[in-house]
Order: sequence, then C-alpha cells, then structure tokens
Amino acid sequence: MLIFEKSESGRNATSQHVRLAHTKIEIPEKFLRTDKPLLPEVSELQVVRHYTRLSRKNYSIDTQFYPLGSCTMKYNPRGVHRLAFLEGFLQRHPLSLDINSQGYMACAYELQEILKTVTGMKGVSLTPMAGAQGEFAGVAMIRAYHESRGDTARNEFLVPDAAHGTNPASAVQCGYKVKEIPTGPDGNVDVAALQAAVGPHTAGIMLTNPSTLGVFEQKIQEIAAIMHKAGGLLYYDGANLNAILGKVQPGAMGFDVMHINLHKTFATPHGGGGPGGGPVAVNERLLPFLPMPIVTKTNDTYAWLTEKECPQTIGRLSAFMGNAGIILRAYMYARLLGKEGLLRVAEFATLNANYLLARLRAAGFTAAYPTRRASHEFIITLKDEAKELHIGALDVAKRLLDYNFHAPTMYFPLLVPECLLIEPTETESKQVLDAFADTMIKILEEAKTNPDLLHTAPHTLSVRRLDEVKAARELDLVFKKA
Amino acid sequence: MPFIPHTQQDTEEMLSTIGVANIENLFDEIPDTLRHANIEAIPSGITEMELTRLMKERAKRDGGMTCFIGAGAYEHHIPAAVWEIASRGEFLTAYTPYQAEASQGTLQLLYEYQTMMASLMGLDVSNASLYDGASALAEAVLMAVRANKFSKSQRVLMPRTVHPFYREVVATIVGQQNIELIEVPFDLASGCTSMEALKKISGDITALIIPQPNFFGVLEDVDALTDWAHAQKALVIAVVNPLAMSLLKAPGHWGSNGADIACGEGQPLGVPLASGGPYYGFLCCKQDIVRQLPGRIVGRTVDQEGKEGFVLTLQAREQHIRRAKATSNICTNQGLLVTASTIYMSLLGPEGLRLSAIACHQNTCLFREKLKKVEGVKKIFSGAFFHEIVLQFSQPVDNVLEELAKFNIQGGYAISQFYSELENCLLVCVTETKTEFDMDEYVAKLQIVLRHLNSTEKKAALNCEEGN
Repeated sequence: MLIFEKSESGRNATSQHVRLAHTKIEIPEKFLRTDKPLLPEVSELQVVRHYTRLSRKNYSIDTQFYPLGSCTMKYNPRGVHRLAFLEGFLQRHPLSLDINSQGYMACAYELQEILKTVTGMKGVSLTPMAGAQGEFAGVAMIRAYHESRGDTARNEFLVPDAAHGTNPASAVQCGYKVKEIPTGPDGNVDVAALQAAVGPHTAGIMLTNPSTLGVFEQKIQEIAAIMHKAGGLLYYDGANLNAILGKVQPGAMGFDVMHINLHKTFATPHGGGGPGGGPVAVNERLLPFLPMPIVTKTNDTYAWLTEKECPQTIGRLSAFMGNAGIILRAYMYARLLGKEGLLRVAEFATLNANYLLARLRAAGFTAAYPTRRASHEFIITLKDEAKELHIGALDVAKRLLDYNFHAPTMYFPLLVPECLLIEPTETESKQVLDAFADTMIKILEEAKTNPDLLHTAPHTLSVRRLDEVKAARELDLVFKKA
Repeated sequence: MPFIPHTQQDTEEMLSTIGVANIENLFDEIPDTLRHANIEAIPSGITEMELTRLMKERAKRDGGMTCFIGAGAYEHHIPAAVWEIASRGEFLTAYTPYQAEASQGTLQLLYEYQTMMASLMGLDVSNASLYDGASALAEAVLMAVRANKFSKSQRVLMPRTVHPFYREVVATIVGQQNIELIEVPFDLASGCTSMEALKKISGDITALIIPQPNFFGVLEDVDALTDWAHAQKALVIAVVNPLAMSLLKAPGHWGSNGADIACGEGQPLGVPLASGGPYYGFLCCKQDIVRQLPGRIVGRTVDQEGKEGFVLTLQAREQHIRRAKATSNICTNQGLLVTASTIYMSLLGPEGLRLSAIACHQNTCLFREKLKKVEGVKKIFSGAFFHEIVLQFSQPVDNVLEELAKFNIQGGYAISQFYSELENCLLVCVTETKTEFDMDEYVAKLQIVLRHLNSTEKKAALNCEEGN
C-alpha cells in the first residue's frame, strides 16, 4: 500500500509544523501556488511505520550476504556513520569561512594524502560525486591536457569490450568517439588489436585492472607503453581497487589518471543507489587540470584551492565540494584500518574470492576463465546449464533470493554468456561463503530435479517475479489520485 | 584485523582448498615489478574509541555557529524520524535495486518520491535523483538539447541570476559537447533577469534557464519568461528551490504552457548542511520527453500473480545497456538522500511544508526591518523575495564576516567576487530555524563590528597621516 493511500485530508504530524502568529506574506499573488501538491497527509506514527515496513522489504549488507560483483558490498562500519552525524559536521555550511572549517578540512586534506599514497599518484581532488563523475573528470582532464599542448586531432577514446557501461558513456560525454578493443580468450586485452587501433587520433584508453572479468590484466605495462608511445594517456577505472589496495599502485602500472570509488573500496554506505564518492588521482602531467576545489595546507592551516590559484582546472563538478559526508566517512574508515588494515583488504578479498571459486568449481560450476587466478571477484558461466537444463543466470539469481542471499551481478560483463559475477569481499567469513556454496550446489540439484522451482522463483519474498516489459510499455511512474 | 572475521584456522583451511601455500601466492599473476607498493606514509590503525575522540575534536572546531548563509544550501529543521529511519541498515546498506524482488522497499519509496516531487513541480514525471542541484542543471541542459526537435543551434540562455557555481558546473559538464551558453544580464534595480536584454537576443534558441527564486533570493517573472521562450520554440528549464514550491507557483504552471523541465537541489527537504553534501539533484519533466530523462526511473508493474510491485524501468536509456549511446553516464545516484527527503515530505505534508516556507519568508521580512536601523547597510533590489536578500555595505564585507564570526555568527555569503557591479554585497538568508533573538543578536553584533571597523579604519588613516 502506498503512503498516499493512507493519507486523509486534514490529518497532520503537527509537532513538525512551524508555529506562526499569522500567515501573511509580502509576495504578490501572481507568484503564488494555488493548488495543493500531492504529499501525504498522515500522522508521524504512520510515516514511521510505513517506511520501517518498507525497509524490511530490502536485502542489504546489514541483513544478507550481498556478493554483487564489481560493487564491493563490504561491511560499512556503524561507528563511522554515527560520527559523520556529529553536530559540528552536520551544521557546517559549505560556504563557511575557512577559519570555521578547519576540522572538516583537516579530514579532507588527510584523505587526499592517503589516496595519493595508495594510488601512487601526485595529486587528488575529492570532488567527483560518484565513479562515473570521476570518469568524466578524468577524461576531461586528458582532453584538457592534449588541448593545452595544441594536440587537437585526438578525438578517439579506446575502451575494452569488457568495460563498465559508464566508461564509453563518460568518454562520449567528453565529446569523444569510442572504439572498442576486444578481449582475448585468456581474459587479457587483445594487445595486437590495441596496437592496430592506436594512432594520431587516440586520446586515451579506459581500463579496469583487475578487469571486470575478475582477472589481473597481465600485459598492463605493455599496454601502457603502446599508449604512451602513441601519445595517448591511460585512465584507470578504480571500481576494482579493492583487489589490489596497498599491493599494487595504479601509478606504478603506468596510469596517468584514475578515480577511486569510496562507496566500494572505502566502505561508505551504498544507500540504496548512492551517494557514492569518486575522487580522482593524477600523475604529474595532469596536476594543473584537477577539478576544484582542493584542500591545501600551509603551516597547519587549511585553505581551499580554487580557479584563482589553478586557472587550467577543468572546473567545478558540484555546487560545493562534492559528497563531503562520504569523504568524511572514507577518511574515518582509512584511519580505523590504518596501513596494516588497508593492506589486508586486498589479501582477504582475494582469499575469499578464490576460495569460493574453488568450492563452486569442485561442485561442477564452470569458471569463465578456468586457467586464471581470481582477483577479488570471479565469473561463473551457466551456458551449459542453459543448454542442458534450460536454466539461466536469471533463474539461479532469483532462486538465491529465496535462500536469503542477494544475487551476484548477472549478465555482466556482456561478453560472457549466462554469467554471474561474484564478489564476496573481505568482510565475509568462511562460514558465510560455505553456506553460499552449499546453496548454489542445492540450486544446481533443484535445476536437475525440479527446474520449475527456479523458473518461477522467487517464492518467499513480498512479490514474485516482476513484469519488467509491462513496466516499460505501460509507463506508470507516478501515483494519480483516483 | 578490523572487520575481517577470519581465524587462523579458517585461513589455513581456505588456502588448502584453493591449493596454495599462502595468501601472497594468490597474487602470483601480477608481475613482480608491480608488487612493491609502499604505503608506509599512512598512519597505523586506531580503535573506534580513539577515532571518536579525534572526530569530536574536529567537529567541535567547526560547530557552534549561528548560520545566516544560504546561497544554495539551507538550514532547516529536520524531524528526528527522518534520519532514524533513513539510517536503518536495510536502506543504508543496500545498493541500486538491480534485484527488484529483493528491493521493494527502496523501489516503492522511490516511486512515492517521484510522485511527490513531480507534484511539487507541477510536472508529469520525475527521475529517482541525480548528484546535486548544479549537476542536475547540467543534465537538464543536455536533456533539453536532445529533446528540442525544432532547434539545431545548441544555444542555451543562462541568466546571470543563476547561482554562480551552478553556472560553472554547467560550463564544465556541457562545455565538452559544443553547447553554447549565452549569458543573460539582470536588471540592477529589481535583481531580476532583464526582459529587455532577453528580447534583444535573436536567432535559434534551444532552451532558456529560469531560476526561482534566483541567486539573489529575488522572484523572477516566470510567466513572462516562459511564454517568451516558448514563442521562440525554446524549451524552458526551471531551476528551483523545492521547499519554496510549496508556496510559489510550480514550474509546470508557469506561463501558458508551463516549464518543460524542472530541476534543482533537494537539500532543503530533510538533508543537513553537512559541508555541502551528500545532497541530491532532482529532475522532472513533461511526459512527452520522458525518454530523454537521464538517471534511474522506477515504474509500477505487477508480478506473476498480478500483485503490485515496482522495478527500475526505461533502462534502455541507461549506460549499462546503451553504453556509448546512453542519455547520461550516471550510475550511482543519491538514493539515501531521496530516502530521507521522502520521509521528510511525508512528515511535513503539504501544509507543514507550506508553513515552513512562509516562516522562512516572514523571518526574512522581519530581518530586513531590523536591518533598517543599521547605518552603512542597505538592502538592494526591489523585486519580491523568498528567504534571501542582498545587502550592500559601505565597506568590504570580508572583514565584517570575519569579525562577526568571532561572535559565532556566520553573517552571510560575500557575492561581489562574482558580480563586479555589486560592490561590497552580502547575500543573507533567514530560515524558519532563526528566532527573533537570533536576528537581534546579529543586528547588535553587526553594529559593534561596523563601529569597530570604522574606528580602526579612521585610526589607520590617522596613523598614515601622522607617518607622513
């Protein structure tokens, strides 16, 4: 039942209403609203109960194992969330004077330094508000770099076919044409195809490493050499940074610019689809182009760097300074873990992925890249099951929901048929992984003995499988009063 | 090991199942030359208790101020229930609802949000959020360029009364795609976009942006502007304060045909100031251009048994399907803030929201009256206003703000840096959170500060003369 269907005209949560002596205003009538917006008229208890009940229809990290590949659904420390709600942080206006902002700016500055260290880069801007905005910023910086050198013929960006959809979309938003580079049978980029694709029109390449195929791009140094020789730059999509955090620095691999997904690697809550955080890190040659503002420090005093000090900047990406509360949370997470803890992230994320892969393979599941080590995630393909048992990745995913597990990412990357991309993260225990593996084995058994159970799953949730075609054909995007 | 649950025995058993001797061997596909990251510069880990002490100290340094700054971020009362519920793990730690059946809570909430926001804007549909108000305006511009079938020029009119940072963000984002942004001047007396200057602009126009209220807090003549733009076959993009729309005419009702797109900053609806983010951008439009709307959209449908349910829909617009041909590159948006906002709007209801808007306006009127007795300060702009006004001082405002800060008052935002014609100007905001006592304090301290600054100025001048 929708909140609007609980609404009764004249009912109010009056303790939330401002008390006014009168309602006179000094605004001429022509500016005023005459109709009542469709907002619910309900009591405070009704609101609390309605949304508490809705929350219980969600799967989440706090309630379920959530092995959604490429999303790094690790534990989000509660202490961090609570401390971000300290009054001093909540009340700080983004345009406060620097003298009233030193507490927040200290955190932001120190996070910039921590990110520089883990990425092996020379400069960081925290302002991009999610991975895709970081990508936009990175590609825009590459464009600004080429243009600053009068190198204006470069109008093409290279993107591997396994890349996240945001990569080509971001390159296009920066005015580039996109050329896809194929992947070889071992999961590495097809270097011969790359060599053939580069030329005087190449502005750069966007790569994720480990790639979305869950394997480390072994020829990365060769790729970097090819790109740099051709005059192009390398963009690192940090979506999978969790796999190499503290182990390998993207700067050392030859990348010129990258983003970091704070909501993945630095454990800030995903919030049902955001907010995220997508700081960008750059090497020396892209420093002048970083988006503004940035925090700088002189003699223990923090100040903002803006367009005035950095005239070559690509500009501003948000009204203020990005998702400041997420920056604060990522900073706190990094402090809780420290250098030793950060190093263990990649180690145990990789251990968990390889263990789960080993268990699933032993049970008869097919790894998409059987000769390769898993990174922090891996892909199994159900193409044989689809052929023999008429069971697809979708059916297995929906059946997993019945067993109280969130499903892995399905049908991505697009080049592996009937795939499930599984990322357990370092914060899950062996016991949880075992329970998940046992369930997968049980579902495979069901696929053989009672396939309808899978085709019609889920059975135990508040709704059965939903009709997405109807949703798109008969658009119903807002409630209308009868 | 923070948050890693493995016992020594677990680790050994897992390694043995994988068939490797130690964890380091799991990285053996990475070239040796790359495996030498040095992160020694990062401090060692601390406990939650130690972190609490550190963060409390830092929060304290920034807190305790009475805030009269607006300029795109507004302090409002937020009912306790808003963040109590939004912080429930089931909302806080879920992700984008890719598995609809296991995400009905978030999906239904987003459908309710879309209904509330579209209705508040007087438009047909809403998306499920963008990053913030400024980036939402950039997306609205890109959307208008795609949607306006009559216009080929990609020329978009951007009044100077739009928030300066919004204008910068739009320039950064759409500047990559050969879209021309043409500035429209404002009338110095009223503080409104100049209709005369607008009428001098000729040729094909793709869209006109109309802020309401504008950056100066002044109300634009939205009906006339909208009708003018439509007569030029341009689309109208409204960029508005959503709280104000409970009181002011909604974009969908501007002029004869209404604005085509409305966007803005959702922060006033239940999101704390919190250093500028995370906030969320909203974006609504008329039904006929819904397929050009970027970002996630939730639709109502039915399940196999005909029971009502909710899913992400029109996904063929999005990057994970369309890749290079998507309407936008956005993926992660600001779901949690929309969760808070939806609960906020439900708690306030249409009447509560309207009363808050009226309280903001009344307080600003009262504050304007109180300022009349302060020498060296005058309100400029004759146009009607909502909850912000521009004050002109007889001396630079930076010093005034720093002196006021010593009394724990944040006196407003200095705007002359963006408008050379507005010398020594301060943008001040008074929301419903300010009492008459707060305003009296501001006025009293302002008088002290101005007297002090004037006397030091005189002294400095005197010293200067003596030195000569």
